[in-house]
Amino acid sequence: MPANVIMPQMGESIFEGTITKWLKKLGDQVERDEALFEISTDKVDSEIPAPTSGVLSEIRFQVGETVEINTVVAIIDDGDGAVDTTNSVDAEEQGSLVNEGEVSHLQRSKSELCKNRLPPRSSPLVKRMAREEEVDLGNVEGTGLGGRITKQDMLNYLSERDKIVEVARPLVQQAQQGLVPPIISSGDDEVVPMSAMRKTIADHMTASRRTSAHVTTVFEVNMTPIVAFKKKLTDEFVRREGFKLSFMPFFIKGVVDSLKGFPVMNASLRGNNIIYRKEINVGIAVAMEEGLIVPVIRRAHEKGFMSLARAAVDLTNRARQKKLSPDEVQGGTFTITNPGVFGSLLGTPIINQPQVAILCIGAIAKRPVVIEDAVVIRSMAYLSLTFDHRLIDGALADYFMSSLKNKLEGWSDAIY
Amino acid sequence: MAVTTYIEAIRQGLWEEMVRDPNVFVLGEDVAVYGGAFKVTRGFLDRFGEERVIDTPLSESAIVGASIGAALVGMRPVAEMQFADFISCAFDQITNFAAKCRYRWGASVPLVIRGPSGGGIHGGPFHSQNPEMYFVHTPGLKVVAPSTAYDAKGLIKSAIRDEDPVIYFEHKYLYRRIKEELPDDEFLVPIGKADIKRKGKDISVITYGAMVHNALEAAKVLAQDGIDLEVVDLRTLVPLDKTTVLESVKKTSKVILLHEDVRTGGFAGELAAIITEETFEYLDGPVMRITAPDTPVPFSPPLEEFFLPKTSDIIRVARHLAIY
Repeated sequence: MPANVIMPQMGESIFEGTITKWLKKLGDQVERDEALFEISTDKVDSEIPAPTSGVLSEIRFQVGETVEINTVVAIIDDGDGAVDTTNSVDAEEQGSLVNEGEVSHLQRSKSELCKNRLPPRSSPLVKRMAREEEVDLGNVEGTGLGGRITKQDMLNYLSERDKIVEVARPLVQQAQQGLVPPIISSGDDEVVPMSAMRKTIADHMTASRRTSAHVTTVFEVNMTPIVAFKKKLTDEFVRREGFKLSFMPFFIKGVVDSLKGFPVMNASLRGNNIIYRKEINVGIAVAMEEGLIVPVIRRAHEKGFMSLARAAVDLTNRARQKKLSPDEVQGGTFTITNPGVFGSLLGTPIINQPQVAILCIGAIAKRPVVIEDAVVIRSMAYLSLTFDHRLIDGALADYFMSSLKNKLEGWSDAIY
Repeated sequence: MAVTTYIEAIRQGLWEEMVRDPNVFVLGEDVAVYGGAFKVTRGFLDRFGEERVIDTPLSESAIVGASIGAALVGMRPVAEMQFADFISCAFDQITNFAAKCRYRWGASVPLVIRGPSGGGIHGGPFHSQNPEMYFVHTPGLKVVAPSTAYDAKGLIKSAIRDEDPVIYFEHKYLYRRIKEELPDDEFLVPIGKADIKRKGKDISVITYGAMVHNALEAAKVLAQDGIDLEVVDLRTLVPLDKTTVLESVKKTSKVILLHEDVRTGGFAGELAAIITEETFEYLDGPVMRITAPDTPVPFSPPLEEFFLPKTSDIIRVARHLAIY
């Protein structure tokens, strides 16, 4: 009996995926759970396993095509000839059984989604408006009884959204009208369509710039104690943990401890409300050939230095191997990016929405510094913090950075 | 333009139709010599004579039965129930004969039955009821219930000119309390057409009869809170003007269904069903009913006061819906 291969939902906010590679050809024998094709979504790239064993008898979408979730992308025929039976009534019955199986599978995955996130209370009207206006009700603040999203809430949300569109429109028009200089291409230029990941990054970056009032502050931090500590531990770490200790866990630990004293740095803005996140979920920017991905260390406030170090290595490795699950790249509340490893002295990163701050670590290098009227050599680094001035004023951001600086410069073995 | 009461408007409408068409005649208990219990037909006997203004025995069944017979042979009777409460005595004639002639033989029964109805006048359980739903439920009848002098006059004239039986519920509480200037020229109010008595954007109050005035009073109070009621006066219950009702619901997304009749099996229940069936995806809150409770109309004035839906009830429910 032929089985349908569907585009899976790789996360609750993901509704489509782009097929990036077919790992099997038409007519190939595939085993159940064997990787069949690769997809790229807003969040991650993944290999999709075959749901059953058989012969790949039909491929409905080619590489580069973007397909909605739950769409049949291929058919695997297990070759038992059930469809060819002369009794067509039987065949129909069997066909309907297969369909029922699929439906129950979809229903199950839907109910699992519901468990994870209760839909906001609204009304038939609001649901219809959300559907027609393509609004995620999770983004709308409800002011009705029990937090219900009312028609007025929806109208307010839509008018705010329209304003943003109004602001953006002139820019788009400028581009369309050619006010942005045209690209004069020589015949040799190569034109390559952006990957799904590239497009997502592009959209997120410009959206963030439009959304937040970006301001960056820079602190210089004496990393000498941490450099010494790390050097002392390097061999032991490799022997005991199997990986090389990097500077990242020190920064994560310092950030998490500082965030505890500055909950507003771990917040989000939704409408006119500030949402203070109880969990500290730290995202770490990982550069890959294809683009940037930000895996998240969940509940970092509950982890010690060693756990943070292990989590950071694990997530970074799996990011590079494209083995992250969608949930591991969502839900961050604060992000750290480390262009220092590439030699950057200091950076002014763009906030990872809907967060309100991002820490950027510059290169750690020995520099002459003045300490107690003497010029001495220390391992120094510039740490910059980009924050959303809508919510965070400069003084507060600097208090936070002072706290972080003190924690890093006062690093003691006791923390480890 | 002259200021005219609700009851005077009914009288004028009847009078004008009797002048216009010699086939129109009135009959009922004490309608001729006495001029009717509420004096709607005062002076009619002198003007139109005893063949067209007929005092009947105390038998509603006979009044309606005779009317149906007259209507079948081309007359246009207007039968008065002294109180609408007594209409139950004519129930079989109305529901089994008047209502079914058109269906059975294509026969026209151009009959109007006037029913002075409603409470608020300390009339007790036999002189205060709102029996419209028996007839709303019976296919083949038209049911109207005007709330203003203009509508009362325009609808009685349209009812008399209609080719099918029309039950005309006139609210006793409004008789002399409601008045307005009426045009000097002749006018009609079409059967089957609701009227928006107050335009608003937040909540639709769909009602008819005396409750229209409570709704308008509530709207004035609520306007001070920034809650903008739209008051839809159905005027005709059958055939229902669904278009006006549903357009209003689509606009406001919140609905109060208001009537003086008791709750269970009341018109509000029917409206609620239609609204949820046809405009579910426009609703931003529950469809709310404000009605009398399921009891007879009490005679005791404080109990009657408690029984009848009040302006304060509308204000309370509207405030709840507004924040819902």
